[in-house]
Amino acid sequence: MVKYIAKRVLMMIPVLLGVILLVFFIMNLASGNAVLLILGENATEEAVAVKTRELGLDRPILVRYAAYVADLVRGDMGTSYFSSRSVAEEVLSRFPATLKLAVVSAIISTLLAIPLGIFAAVRQNTLFDNFSMILSLVGNSMPAFWLALMLMMLFAEKLGWLPAQGMNNGWRSYVLPAVSIGFINMAAIARTTRSTMLETVRQDYIRTARAKGVDEEAVVMDHAFPNALIPTITVIGVQFGNLLGGAILVETVFAWPGLGRLMVQSVNNRDVPLVLGCIVILSISYSVVNLLVDLVYGFVDPRVRSMYK
Amino acid sequence: MNTQKQDMALEIEDLSVEYRTGGGIVRALNSLELSIKRGTALGLVGETGAGKTTAGLAILRLIPHPGVITGGSIRLHGADLLEKTEKQMRSVRGKEVSMIFQDPMTSLNPVRTVEEQIAEAIRQHEKAGRAEALGRAREMLEMVGIPAVRGREYPHQFSGGMKQRVVIAIALSCTPQLLIADEPTTALDVTIQAQVLEMMKELRRKYRMSMLMITHDLGIVADICDEVSIIYAGHVVEHGTLEDVYRNPLHPYTVGLFNSLPNMADRTAKLKPIKGLMPDPSDLPPGCAFCPRCDRAADVCRTRQPPRVHRNAEHYVCCHLYEDKPFQEVSKDG
Repeated sequence: MVKYIAKRVLMMIPVLLGVILLVFFIMNLASGNAVLLILGENATEEAVAVKTRELGLDRPILVRYAAYVADLVRGDMGTSYFSSRSVAEEVLSRFPATLKLAVVSAIISTLLAIPLGIFAAVRQNTLFDNFSMILSLVGNSMPAFWLALMLMMLFAEKLGWLPAQGMNNGWRSYVLPAVSIGFINMAAIARTTRSTMLETVRQDYIRTARAKGVDEEAVVMDHAFPNALIPTITVIGVQFGNLLGGAILVETVFAWPGLGRLMVQSVNNRDVPLVLGCIVILSISYSVVNLLVDLVYGFVDPRVRSMYK
Repeated sequence: MNTQKQDMALEIEDLSVEYRTGGGIVRALNSLELSIKRGTALGLVGETGAGKTTAGLAILRLIPHPGVITGGSIRLHGADLLEKTEKQMRSVRGKEVSMIFQDPMTSLNPVRTVEEQIAEAIRQHEKAGRAEALGRAREMLEMVGIPAVRGREYPHQFSGGMKQRVVIAIALSCTPQLLIADEPTTALDVTIQAQVLEMMKELRRKYRMSMLMITHDLGIVADICDEVSIIYAGHVVEHGTLEDVYRNPLHPYTVGLFNSLPNMADRTAKLKPIKGLMPDPSDLPPGCAFCPRCDRAADVCRTRQPPRVHRNAEHYVCCHLYEDKPFQEVSKDG
């Protein structure tokens, strides 16, 4: 087990190197001129040259890449062009807000989706099934930011029950953003749960359980559900990984001080070190979540567990 | 007659089962009749698709959707199972009637240990605590020839033959009076088949169980069963004691089944397979279901269902060939 985890952590290194290289090239192509943005349109050519040299932008891209990686290994992610604060500090100060929102919305979506999916599968083709599948179709098709805006209009503007922006109102700040994200994610989890449950209840071992005289509730919860968990956990894991990169649009709508908003701002500012910093954190957290998901598979399924040895 | 009735473990009369699919009604069982005397074993023999498994599942009332039992009765020791509530049925399943399924590879829950799966059956039907049930589960494992310590392992750590032993342990854990075995050895290697069959024979003797052995293998029937019912298109076409049916097969289908076995005395003789396929159960012929494949079919076979003709108290056949004819004429040593 420890060996497996160590192996997986080592495998994250090439992934990270690849991601950083890719972002380096893309930012190089799309960056416009960061120096002009910093100094303003009217900067003299001389000032631009000085600033370019100061930022190291006169060096070839691969040299910059190597230098960046060398710094990163020491925990140095560079300095933001704009705030002149260290990127590591900047990114890590935003990460908790994103993490908290991700955890709360993942809990909301999972708690709603799993019972919904199970019930829909058990009562296949009934009114409840149709209703819940329409609900999740709506969830799947609706953009999260639009739902966020609608919820904000209703509960913050019209009714005034909940704060519209920021995270300074305790649990009440979390409700709208977490529900916006949670509802959308709930849809995908519920659909996956339903379809794998439908597949699982047709398995031979379900028939064996029934032939033992086990009642229907135990057949569903003790026999079918544990076997249907893996695809469901996969979806939850992927969604949670995505959320850790910041729910960009929803964070923007609710002025949530998280990574997503930071990334949008830094892209707009062509603040290359900050964009890179956000993406490095995103990749690391995504890889870590993936690893955790794989470990949970092992917890759920003994066949997977035996492969980890 | 009455005393005889009480000695019956299972009596199925006029049982019909349909699968109501979008493409039409599939008639899986058509007035099926089966009876098993207490303590004996009945072989239910037929081709794939004849309705053998449906018959087994019908007894437990576990016919999968969209199947429905449309008529008839299933009496277990005199009590009609079709009149029981779902809750009453749950106390029949695994306690009074157990079933062993065809494919051991998929019959066990992959995420639970084998001892838990055996113990679950015990706890379902008897007032036993968790520890006690697990202890008894381990005893059951020993009884089917698996070391008790392996009870903590999961199904994927077992071979096919061992999985089938576990399935048998589950089925026998509450000492049922009737055991339904649905092709229990079909999915196993020949050497393992023999071991498993031998074990089942021994356990049946030990528990004095009645048994319904569903198979297409006439060799297994000869080895294990006391009586045989030959099923074709969801209907029993011939029934008798092992002796009756093996010495005097009457129905052309039964004769065909025996002819499709290799003859060791004359290996140059060609196998004589039954030509054609089972009729589509959603479109059965109006007369005898076998007549499209029968060499001896007459006009009457195409239009009228054949009556049941008795050769002796046990042995009967459903075939127009034997209508109004004394049996001495058609069978060699009858």
